Amino acid sequence: MAELLLLALGASLVNNFVLSQFLGLCPFVGVSRRFEAAAGMALATLFVLTIASGLSFALWHWVLQPLGLEYLRTLVFILLIAGVVQFTELMVRATSPLLHQVLGIFLPLITTNCAVLGVALLNVDKQHGLLESLVYGASAGAGFGLALLLFAALRERLETCDVPAAFRGAPIALVTAGLMALAFMGFAGLGSR
Amino acid sequence: MNVESIWLACAVAAALAAVCGIALGLAASRLPPATNRLVEQIDALLPQTQCGQCQFPGCRPYAEAIARGDAEIDRCPPGGETTVHALAALLDRPVRPVDPVYGTTQGLRVAVIDEERCIGCARCLPACPVDAIVGAHRYMHTVLAAQCTGCELCVAPCPVDCIAMRPVTIAAAARWTRAA
Repeated sequence: MAELLLLALGASLVNNFVLSQFLGLCPFVGVSRRFEAAAGMALATLFVLTIASGLSFALWHWVLQPLGLEYLRTLVFILLIAGVVQFTELMVRATSPLLHQVLGIFLPLITTNCAVLGVALLNVDKQHGLLESLVYGASAGAGFGLALLLFAALRERLETCDVPAAFRGAPIALVTAGLMALAFMGFAGLGSR
Repeated sequence: MNVESIWLACAVAAALAAVCGIALGLAASRLPPATNRLVEQIDALLPQTQCGQCQFPGCRPYAEAIARGDAEIDRCPPGGETTVHALAALLDRPVRPVDPVYGTTQGLRVAVIDEERCIGCARCLPACPVDAIVGAHRYMHTVLAAQCTGCELCVAPCPVDCIAMRPVTIAAAARWTRAA
């Protein structure tokens, strides 16, 4: 139990996927202009990450490894993630049209989020079990969501600030992201894993 | 690496793709369709001018508002009496004339740019909901009559008042009906 807790803490804060492993940067910069949109993206990513890490574990241990096809993992995982994202969209659309309206366009975007593929590959590299994979995926998603929400809130405030003309838009956003990454380095002493 | 392992890799990738495809297909056919049927039906009856005279951003939002019961069926001047009758029949609501607050019903019309006077300011381009205006900054603009829905949204932004609404010719009107 303590092991899993440490794993979750490590994946969400210490080795935050966005701010210390630099994965999933495109949605981090792209969907952080408005807080509501960022919240939708964070939720959708959390969902997909958890499911995709569980399924990729199954695929790796029960299909690829027995057949000796480990080298196919990148291709197969991408295929799997695309399938999961599509399925998620169908599910959400059918069960909760309201949520689908909120998440709508962000769902298909997750396919190209490298954090999802990153989690699947890291799970394999670190030889996580099924439960560990799920926890790792969920906490990676939570960490991604946390970083995204914080960044979106900061950017909303920056909109009203008197930023020098040369820094407006993407430059100040990237500077902000860099400072956030520095701040997240403060977690490095917390049970490193 | 021998030939068999290549075949095996291809087979596994293909099998996974097939499983994903079949699962998605099954899920898509089993799960109920997402969109609200009623909204679709109402939307199909609206004229799709996207003119916003009903005070909603377009025909689809108006259809959603009608379906929710937030709006009456008398807000669509371009559709006029025909649309009100069709909506009343679909929704079982009483027929009523189009509320003049939202505008008056006129025959089919299209926008025409007086090309002598157009200064190429490009302000009418973003106003057009159907992208029927061709032009670029500092170049003369023109309206594609076949695309124009006659919503009048481009008239107000024009700084030199060079856009006029003209009744549609019979040939154009026939084409318009066919398209609809």
